[in-house]
Amino acid sequence: MLQLLWESRIQAVAVLLFAVGFTTLLLHRNLIKKVIGLNIMDTAAYLFLTSIGYIPGRLSPIVADGVTDMEAYVNPLPAGLVLTGIVVSVSVTAVMLSLTLRLYRRYHTLNLDEIYRLVYAEQEDV
Amino acid sequence: MKKRTFKEWLKQWDQGEFDLDRGEAEALHYRPETQEKDDDSWAHRPVRGLREGEYTLFVKVYPFAALLLASVMIFFFMRTVAELPPFASACTPANQSEVIRRYIENGLTETGAVNIVAGVILDYRAFDTLGESHVLFTAATAVFILMLAGEAEPEDKRTRRILEADTVLSVTARVLFPLIVMFGFYVILCGHLGPGGGFSGGAVIGGGLILCSMAFGPERISRLINMKTYRGVVLCALLFYSIAKCYSFYCGAHHLETVFSPGTPGMIFSAGLILPLNIAVGLVVACTMYGFYSLFTRGTV
Amino acid sequence: MAFCLNFPLFLIVLCLISSVVSSVLPARAARIWSLGLSAVSTAANAVLFRYAARTNTAVTYLMGHYPHPWGNELRIGPLEALFSAFFSLVLFLCLLGGRRQLAVKVAPQKQHYYYVMADLVQAALLALVYTNDLFTGYVFIEICTLSSCGLLMIRETGRTILASVRYMIFSLIGSGLFLLGVILLYSITGHLLMPNLKESIGLLWSTGQYHLPLLSSICLICIGLAVKSGLFPFHLWMADTYGAAIPASSGILSGLVSKAYIFFLLKVIFDVFGVDVFYACGIHRLLYVMGAAGIIAGSVGALRENNIFRMIAFSSAAQIGYIYMGIGLSPTVGIEAALFQILAHAVTKPALFLSAGHLSDAAGRSKRFHDLQGAGYKDPFAGVAFTLAAFSMIGLPFTMGFISKYLFGMAALDGSHAKMVPTLLVLAVSTVLNTLYFARTVLRLYNKPQADDYERVRIPAHLSYVTAGIVFMAVNLLLGTLSRPLLDLLLQGVRLF
Repeated sequence: MLQLLWESRIQAVAVLLFAVGFTTLLLHRNLIKKVIGLNIMDTAAYLFLTSIGYIPGRLSPIVADGVTDMEAYVNPLPAGLVLTGIVVSVSVTAVMLSLTLRLYRRYHTLNLDEIYRLVYAEQEDV
Repeated sequence: MKKRTFKEWLKQWDQGEFDLDRGEAEALHYRPETQEKDDDSWAHRPVRGLREGEYTLFVKVYPFAALLLASVMIFFFMRTVAELPPFASACTPANQSEVIRRYIENGLTETGAVNIVAGVILDYRAFDTLGESHVLFTAATAVFILMLAGEAEPEDKRTRRILEADTVLSVTARVLFPLIVMFGFYVILCGHLGPGGGFSGGAVIGGGLILCSMAFGPERISRLINMKTYRGVVLCALLFYSIAKCYSFYCGAHHLETVFSPGTPGMIFSAGLILPLNIAVGLVVACTMYGFYSLFTRGTV
Repeated sequence: MAFCLNFPLFLIVLCLISSVVSSVLPARAARIWSLGLSAVSTAANAVLFRYAARTNTAVTYLMGHYPHPWGNELRIGPLEALFSAFFSLVLFLCLLGGRRQLAVKVAPQKQHYYYVMADLVQAALLALVYTNDLFTGYVFIEICTLSSCGLLMIRETGRTILASVRYMIFSLIGSGLFLLGVILLYSITGHLLMPNLKESIGLLWSTGQYHLPLLSSICLICIGLAVKSGLFPFHLWMADTYGAAIPASSGILSGLVSKAYIFFLLKVIFDVFGVDVFYACGIHRLLYVMGAAGIIAGSVGALRENNIFRMIAFSSAAQIGYIYMGIGLSPTVGIEAALFQILAHAVTKPALFLSAGHLSDAAGRSKRFHDLQGAGYKDPFAGVAFTLAAFSMIGLPFTMGFISKYLFGMAALDGSHAKMVPTLLVLAVSTVLNTLYFARTVLRLYNKPQADDYERVRIPAHLSYVTAGIVFMAVNLLLGTLSRPLLDLLLQGVRLF
């Protein structure tokens, strides 16, 4: 199994990072670190996706000298998907950061438990 | 606490004062001394809510829980990865499918784009990309809701004065800003001919605008981009994008020819809709990037 | 090609366009536009449904000049049309009925953003229902997440912002897992369009090649969507989220957004994995167990609550549990019950949230049971609407809840012996618990408070809310009594899925 893992080491690193990011996002109590975990998780997924399309010795998928042979270029589809994914994760990060900023401005802490305590000590606006 | 009889317990539950969720129940009886929600007042006010004990217990358990979860996930993922098609091989299902063959071999004639990736995302799989630019719009709207003036703090004047007085920054910005914007436009306009496209070019221009706003102050930039122009640009670009793509989808579904032809590959005015779409996306992305920065720092565009 | 087959494309693009246009309109114009849009969408999807049910076909609609496996596509069948018509109708009613609360609780200069987000939610719902491409599904899942978070946080209190953070975190975990699952599927099949994926997966399953990656991707996609829709261990965000939002948003989030994820999951099960592969690989057992646990956990959580909104939110977690239990039970009757439950819940839950909003206003702006005493007399219409919806939740006859519980019972009797007893047991226990907490609420609403502090204030009925409430009640009673045609249509749709 280790032999197989070494052969697909990029994917192995990608899933490792994914697990790390996932755990950080789910369990860390600091909001900024949660955002970092989110970005690690997403980027790991894109690393995985990019590694699928990579073939050594082939050119990037931009037609050069009119050669349109499948053997000449790497897989263009993962690049397109990663492009889409990056925009999605930028958007999500922006929203998460602005939520964090709002909470920080009001409660002066980034710890989620602390914020939880402060929020539930407030009177509820109905 | 004295032990309650079943009847009392039932009555309490019916009255809605059931004491199981302690945080909730304490919050119910808690009345803050002052109603005003002053920002600093929380720092020295005794707080009730979740009990101290519950909260520290979780903090203690957390590292172990995280370690356990991560190891279990890594274990399963590693087993999965070991059975995946090998890395960097041309013979995997993804790399030798008919999908890729058509994209590479017919992409140039069908879409007219030299950059095959641009052809894939803006012509073959254009619906994804239409959704993607609206994800950015959604996020921008969400940031507007949260950050627009009102509760946002006024800008920190001190940092700005320091930045403005910084000779290195302003001289560098003076030299770099035109180059950055020019490069951004190049990346957008040649997105179908080489590496680049609307998103990357727009991000470059957005970065240039942010640099300019840091160096010369937001007032200078707001002559170029303010609320009005921001809204106008985003509105026009996204409307154009949606309508153009709707037309092209409609024609595609009914097997009609569109008026946009692929043209001669390699020319600047070629590849049908890809160039105008890249420009539209580039404008949206540039405005949104600058808008994020401006909303986060000043609470307005 | 019949002209009405173009409707999904037009509607999705129209929703996107109107969201962009609404961002520069004043709030009133944005509201009228948004309401008109969802009304038009309901009508157009109903026409499409009529056409699709009559011709009894599912058509693929090219989004561009390239068929699968190269380009994006939509897939239009009777079930898709029925569910989008229903979702648009419920969205229309939520926006209509929640108008007053919105006007009171959201800052005036930001109200038009609410309708921007509502349009985006609608675009995402339609795209999720109609799409024939897994990656398009991912993109629109993200639009759905962000815009529903927008609906939440537009009421800028501390609780709402905190609730949005929790909602975002769970949603992002769900979409991260989903994305990884899609990537794994792509790496072993090389496709993203559903028909090709189904073909390749069938082949891989029968040859046994890439068995473990296939299993993990099925797991990841199912768990990702389950987390996003709030299945049992991940249901705790619901109480905070629905408890803190304005009633219309709670209704949209619980009645539509989480249902759209489940509908998309069903679509993935039928069109990507294939029913045979899905039920052979065993993940449905996990969904079944978690669904059953969710029913009990949600009901117990609801019993413990002192806050009417949080109680309804926990009951929502229980209803999600029913749907997953149905999916886990069997591929035919179980799925039919789950689909009917989606519809029943989409009609009932927004009605509960909207009525609870009005009742809590009548009770002096409090969500606590203690203060809700006699609120049913102060706002009679909201009381009636709440009571009927609560009856439907309990499953009294002549309501949709009754039919859905009946279907679950039949599905349990139909299935294997191993699942029959636990299913029936869970149904019985949850019905008792449902009755307990809803009966307690309804009794409290109609319990006259002590004479001295009781003022006979009547809240004037609000026309838009009353209209929405009447339609909700009418749909509930109509489909609860005359359910046979709907069930036949659902079965027909499932066969074409």
